[in-house]
Amino acid sequence: MARDSVGQTLTVATILCVVCSVLVSSAAVGLRGRQEANKKQDQMKNVLVAAGLFREEENTAGEVNAIFEENIQRVLIDLETGEPTDPNPVDAETYDQREAARKPDLSAPVQPPDGLGGIKRREKYAFVYEVRDDSGQVEQVVLPIYGKGLWSTLYGFIAVDKDGRTVRGITFYQHGETPGLGGEVDNPRWKALWKGKRLFDESGRIEIDVIKGVVVAGTAKAQYQIDGLSGATITSNGVEQLVRYWVGPDGFGPFLKNLRQSAPGGIDG
Amino acid sequence: MAEPKPLDVLTRPIFDDNQMIGRVVLGVCSALAVTTKLETAFTMALAVTVVLGCSNAAVSLIRRHIPGSIRIIVQMTIISSLVILVDQILKAYAFEVSKQMSVFVGLIITNCIVMGRAEAFAMKNPPLLSFLDGIGCALGYSLILLIVGFFRELFGSGKLWGYEVLPLVNEGGWYVPNGLLLLPPSAFFLIGLLIWALRTWKPEQVEHEG
Repeated sequence: MARDSVGQTLTVATILCVVCSVLVSSAAVGLRGRQEANKKQDQMKNVLVAAGLFREEENTAGEVNAIFEENIQRVLIDLETGEPTDPNPVDAETYDQREAARKPDLSAPVQPPDGLGGIKRREKYAFVYEVRDDSGQVEQVVLPIYGKGLWSTLYGFIAVDKDGRTVRGITFYQHGETPGLGGEVDNPRWKALWKGKRLFDESGRIEIDVIKGVVVAGTAKAQYQIDGLSGATITSNGVEQLVRYWVGPDGFGPFLKNLRQSAPGGIDG
Repeated sequence: MAEPKPLDVLTRPIFDDNQMIGRVVLGVCSALAVTTKLETAFTMALAVTVVLGCSNAAVSLIRRHIPGSIRIIVQMTIISSLVILVDQILKAYAFEVSKQMSVFVGLIITNCIVMGRAEAFAMKNPPLLSFLDGIGCALGYSLILLIVGFFRELFGSGKLWGYEVLPLVNEGGWYVPNGLLLLPPSAFFLIGLLIWALRTWKPEQVEHEG
């Protein structure tokens, strides 16, 4: 058969496609287990990072499981009431929170509809990670958060103090923002800016704010403000929106309110 | 054209015919994104070396059967499959690094050097030579990536391979980092300087007008 004949063209194309697809799919299937395990461990690590229990310089990946087991208790809560689910409507072991946001019976519409960027539905039940101190008291809680940036959905965790209003840490473990610009949400120095910031004012109103430029220390608002990422206005706005949504009434608001009320000397409007 | 010698094929693309900063300037886009740190630059270099060597060999192996009308598509399919393989392997065995590289491993598919070599060399030469040519070009690319990565990490964050070399001011040291080096444009400046240096060293690579 001549090299440029129609028959040859079709044959070559077909054989090539079959060979390549077999290669690619066997790699994808064969490596999936390992990749999933990596992802899970990465998620656990990020819970620890948000809580300040894991430092890249000091801890190794091998310690993640042990530290997690020792300090963290995972609780499934109903976002609407902020209470632990009882009895469990879903099996916590197999519950896939990200999958749930896509299932009609396990998700609810985002309120207000534009509260979370382009995301229209969110899961009804969410995991919170309670960090307990040696005496067994809840010291801080780590909440899973996500929302739209410029190109991608950012997934991360925010750690909130037991007072229910102070940020202890934030981290993003998955996003597709521009490296060097919006991708700087990963930057440890920027993440460190969140530590100690207040989410709510005394009356319980959400005040947390990612501003354009640099926060002027000493102003009344400084305790609620975080420097925006330069060159990444849309990512910065996205992060602000998603944090405000997830600590707000449609997100973990009820849960945080319970937390504030149960905190020693807790008052709340 | 005389039959090229294997060693020449391997070493020529490093300085005499560098695909990135020689007569042609290809594959620069990835250099902007992955060279803020030596570690990612090295992983990228390794990934490109594997892809380029294998794609050249594979294209060359079937070069006599590829119909002219679909040759570009055939090359693309081979390159894409290899890139996906590399990406999957990185995700399974080098998760941290693959996270930092995010989409840029996938974007090796669009790296002009890979397709350029498939079309310019592998379609006309036997597999072993093509493989060596791929490795050679990738080494030329890797060298540039590592040089750029070296300067960007050293002066941008005062570190090399993640280890502190110049203690930073905000961590109690004396070095004020140059933030520009962490931003993509700095790679352009560095590559520009490298092109200048190479063409001063080897003036025959300067293109003549007219």
